[in-house]
Amino acid sequence: MADAFEKVKQIVVDRLDVDEDKVTLEASFKDDLEADSLDVVELVMELEDEFDIEIADEDAEKISTVGDAVNYINSNQ
Amino acid sequence: MLQDQVAIVTGASRGIGREIALSFAKSGAKIVVNYAGSDDRAEEVVSEINANGGEAIKFKANVSNESEVKAMIKETITRFGSLDILVNNAGITKDNLLMRMSEADFDEVIDVNLKGVFLCTKAVTRQMMKQKSGRIINISSVVGISGNPGQANYVSAKAGVIGLTKTTAKELAPRNILVNAIAPGFIATDMTDRLTDEQKEQMLKLIPLNKLGEVLDVANVALFLASKQANYVTGQTIQVDGGMVM
Repeated sequence: MADAFEKVKQIVVDRLDVDEDKVTLEASFKDDLEADSLDVVELVMELEDEFDIEIADEDAEKISTVGDAVNYINSNQ
Repeated sequence: MLQDQVAIVTGASRGIGREIALSFAKSGAKIVVNYAGSDDRAEEVVSEINANGGEAIKFKANVSNESEVKAMIKETITRFGSLDILVNNAGITKDNLLMRMSEADFDEVIDVNLKGVFLCTKAVTRQMMKQKSGRIINISSVVGISGNPGQANYVSAKAGVIGLTKTTAKELAPRNILVNAIAPGFIATDMTDRLTDEQKEQMLKLIPLNKLGEVLDVANVALFLASKQANYVTGQTIQVDGGMVM
């Protein structure tokens, strides 16, 4: 869990250009991290590459917080 | 103009698609010649490009079939390492008066001419977003703007392509992916050869330049839209129709 979170955090920080301490498990991409919908799509694509998984569109739509992404990665790796 | 860029041209075994493939290759692009049926003619296009020092492969895929489209995009990236330009050109006609047009003929034309554009665009978006650049050129038709009796299915699809072009342009503009459409008028191809002499004569009366267009006329505009010279052009439909519809 911690490992996936650290990696996700790094990607989010790079991609969205936000402060590291803002990226908590509870942080919402759109509300707290100021991502627009394209940003989220891109982020999901990058997570797919990084963790070598495929996130179906239906599942991707449900990912709204950093914690959602980390949980998805942990249960699908 | 397109040195080392990678372009997929759908429906590139003949007509306008063929000419676009050849002229992009001449400008330095690597080409994926997509086709649905005519393997021999696709091979001819590939041979011609390779013989002239270009680089091309053919790939058979029905653009209305998502898994075939995805396989084509995957092969393109595996083979050439990037994907810079998509030309959605593949199209069919099943003309008939609306009252006589079957549901199947309506659906089939919409599937290839409109849904095909959606599927190919969706499939290339990921790679282009990653690259933070890309060009998508959709071949619509002037009848998508003006309407045309006997072509309810074709006109609906081509008008749909113009709307799809604008929406895609807006969605992808933040990632530097430019999306435009070309609306050719009466261009001399296999598709227009099928028209009767009477129909052709009637069409000519409507064209201020008083002649048919050539496939090269369309390819030249496609080349412009694919090039750096069109860096500030997106969401547009450019008519190449000799002034037929204004």
